[in-house]
Amino acid sequence: MSANGSGIGASVKRKEDTRFLTGRGRYTDDINLPGQLYGYILRSPVAHANIGGIDTSAAAAAPGVHAIFTGTDMEGVGGIPTGWLIHSKDGEPMVEPGHPALALGKVRYVGDCVAIVVAETREQAKEAANLIDVDYQDLPAVASIEAAEAEGAAQVFDEAPGNVCYDWEVGDRAATDAAFDEATHVVSIDVVNNRLIPNAIEPRAAIANYDPATGDYTLYTTSQNPHLIRLLLGAFVLQLPEHKLRIVAPDVGGGFGSKIPHYAEEAILTWTAGQLGRPVKWTCERIDAFKSDTHGRDHISTARLALDADGKFLGLHVSTKANLGAYLSTFATCVPTYLYGILFAGPYTTPAVYCEVKSFFTNTVPVDALRGAGRPEATYLLERLVEKAAVELGIDRVEIRRKNFIREFPYQTPVALQYDQGDYDATLDLALKASDWAGFEARRAESAARGKCRGIGISTFIEACGIAPSAVVGSLGARAGLYESGSVRVHPTGSVSVFTGTHSHGQGHETTFAQIVSDMLGVDFEAVDVVHGDSAKIPFGMGTYGSRSLAVGGTAIYLAVEKVIEKGKKIAAHLLEASAEDIEFENGSFTVAGTDRSKSLGEVALTAYVPHNYPAGLEPGLEETAFYDPLNFTFPAGTHVAEVEVDPETGEVEVVSVTGADDVGRIINPMIVDGQLHGGLAHGIGQALLEECLYQDDGQLQTGSYLDYTMPRAADLPSFNINHNTTLCTHNPLGVKGVGEVGSIGVPPAVINAVIDALRPLGVNDMAMPATSQRVWQAIQQARG
Amino acid sequence: MPTVTMTVNGMERSGNVEGRTLLVEFLREHLGLTGTHVGCDTSQCGACVVHVNGTSVKSCTSLAAQADGAEVTTIEGLANGSDLHPMQEAFREHHGLQCGFCTPGMVMSAVDLANQNADPSEHEVREWLEGNLCRCTGYHNIVKAVQAGARAMGGGS
Repeated sequence: MSANGSGIGASVKRKEDTRFLTGRGRYTDDINLPGQLYGYILRSPVAHANIGGIDTSAAAAAPGVHAIFTGTDMEGVGGIPTGWLIHSKDGEPMVEPGHPALALGKVRYVGDCVAIVVAETREQAKEAANLIDVDYQDLPAVASIEAAEAEGAAQVFDEAPGNVCYDWEVGDRAATDAAFDEATHVVSIDVVNNRLIPNAIEPRAAIANYDPATGDYTLYTTSQNPHLIRLLLGAFVLQLPEHKLRIVAPDVGGGFGSKIPHYAEEAILTWTAGQLGRPVKWTCERIDAFKSDTHGRDHISTARLALDADGKFLGLHVSTKANLGAYLSTFATCVPTYLYGILFAGPYTTPAVYCEVKSFFTNTVPVDALRGAGRPEATYLLERLVEKAAVELGIDRVEIRRKNFIREFPYQTPVALQYDQGDYDATLDLALKASDWAGFEARRAESAARGKCRGIGISTFIEACGIAPSAVVGSLGARAGLYESGSVRVHPTGSVSVFTGTHSHGQGHETTFAQIVSDMLGVDFEAVDVVHGDSAKIPFGMGTYGSRSLAVGGTAIYLAVEKVIEKGKKIAAHLLEASAEDIEFENGSFTVAGTDRSKSLGEVALTAYVPHNYPAGLEPGLEETAFYDPLNFTFPAGTHVAEVEVDPETGEVEVVSVTGADDVGRIINPMIVDGQLHGGLAHGIGQALLEECLYQDDGQLQTGSYLDYTMPRAADLPSFNINHNTTLCTHNPLGVKGVGEVGSIGVPPAVINAVIDALRPLGVNDMAMPATSQRVWQAIQQARG
Repeated sequence: MPTVTMTVNGMERSGNVEGRTLLVEFLREHLGLTGTHVGCDTSQCGACVVHVNGTSVKSCTSLAAQADGAEVTTIEGLANGSDLHPMQEAFREHHGLQCGFCTPGMVMSAVDLANQNADPSEHEVREWLEGNLCRCTGYHNIVKAVQAGARAMGGGS
């Protein structure tokens, strides 16, 4: 590879930006099809009820209405599937109830889809929906884990006694118990991982079309993974063959996990378009997004850490209860298991780790992946517990971490993962230096002089990205592979189209992937375009989530480019009357080794498409596809330090500074990587200080608007101090790891540890997320007695 | 239905609208100017910010009829041909956008700030942007972009 001004490692300005900055982005709601009708989804206003009947007569007679469909109309159409089968401790498969796209006989959460009204205009559809008379026969609801597991609790599904979906475990329980028997110290903690609402700024939307001339369906949808939607919608719900179903996810305005799942609305829209033979468009209003976009987190955990007299970790025991919501969303079941329990070694050598997770159905919005997905929950618990151990044992909180760091790689953890590479001391040292950790006490004193309580908190963490390999995840219950495809088409005059099965919804793939291809092929950055988001253009793809795009999708592109170069060498060898083994490729030229005889990539490409003088037996054309199935997860790691100042009179927490020292593997575009870190940090600080989804006991969503759910705004956050120390991933050719979720994984415990550090002199030793001013003020009042 | 007439991005545009038609609906649905986005319906997120008579306004909570006779500028009207407006250029230069959905509202809001304050401090920018939500950037680079854009504008658009 040759470095150039727009190649690997350069902060190239993004290809995407001009269209976004000039209002020429093309998001789903920007698309209108000739003859389109508008759909409005009528949602359940109650959390749990039998549907005694639905009277649609008045609505059907309303102006502009074309059709109304309810659950009975879609009866016989397949239900919404889930993507991961978990087995319980006893070997039994999880309880997997049906999920009808439109509620059939019963509604199970506020927001459940009850009917679709299709009309000439959006307003007509919405007004007609108000005329539908649904006989809701209220049932008692369970809106929390505590309610779901209570004796005599209402049942969300008859087939799930006690509302339990599964009771899963990972790790060696006996070995962990033995570690506790030998321990000098045992430190315990109870934590809640607060439920969050993702809130991508673009609301979900979809337009479905059916072409009776060809029998083809097209669905434009706000998705992070269009091929996955095609697979689930086509094969499981509508039983449409893939070649008759095209899914397009055009520009998508943020996802954060909430645009992974296959949603009921996608099935309802597509089926309705088929029934009516006309395009049907639906755009979610924000108030409906709060109660229908999948939510995230929502765990209750208790954990114990066993330590020897010297502060070495001997064993970790974690018991978690997870809320899955009313139905099993696409990745719902794997988030609190295979993206959570296997993280509990963290960066530490703890020899025995055991984690058990019991998951529950509740009458709440389905819970699925949200930025970090399982890994923030694990990291928060572990880093709170390690911090507490340091305080209780009187060990310096940096030293207790350093004392337990893994330093030899590869490292096999007791919870399935094998870390390939890392340098946790390096990121810790970097973070301490960059945050001026040593100078903190002077800053604390300065704050105290102003009547403020200052605290500093730290978190040292690993994450696991690019979930893989397919054979392993398949054995653990995944119902899909987790490889990625990449195709590289060199056009006859040497420009390049790259097709990726990943999907960019803010990550800048059109730029990053173009940098890789431009660098490898020695063509101008401007001559490379990246195509994504359309199942009719891309061979196949698993989409973007779990920080997988570069490590998995980028590697697929890398391998496709290598194939292009290999084929190009054969063509060049023919033109240069040399052996292909003697051809070297560098800076866009194929050269006979040791000579100045060469052919440019453009000349080779033209020859490939105009093969008048061409190697015998070689296919014309210069286009290659690679499918890459990773050998392992990648393991980004780092240290985050947060410094806060608390006003003890109001409980208000100000984040004074956040310092990240991150190892995300090789960096292709530093500007984009830092931007990903900033966004993740903001999301993590939001969880720590501001965001919390709350339900009433009867299942009514209390935080159902931007007035009630606190999103981080510009004035809530500081500028971020980002630093890098890089070790390369050993099992992909680019050495890349992943960066999209780092901030939301690493920073929440650093912030809460800082808040507790600030308040400890006042006698406050625990703090729940979000540490709102009200919660902090109450804790101070309680401590003061 | 009443007719509204307004100058949008320098061109006179008219349309028949219902009394309840929102300015953002008029721009998006009637005029096809889809650069202005709807991220909420409650005036909270700011994705819909446009300029009406030179001042930033949330077009999801303004009626089209209220803009009758007004000068309206949307994100599509900011650049001079293929030359980006200095604020747009600053967002590009400083990576002040990721998914792009909040971007039109952010840029239009920022231009209004810059028209009033040629050299806003970080604190002033963060306070000004209280009506604009972004979930991607953590605001870090947006703040840098707004400061740079304001300086590049030199006190006027």
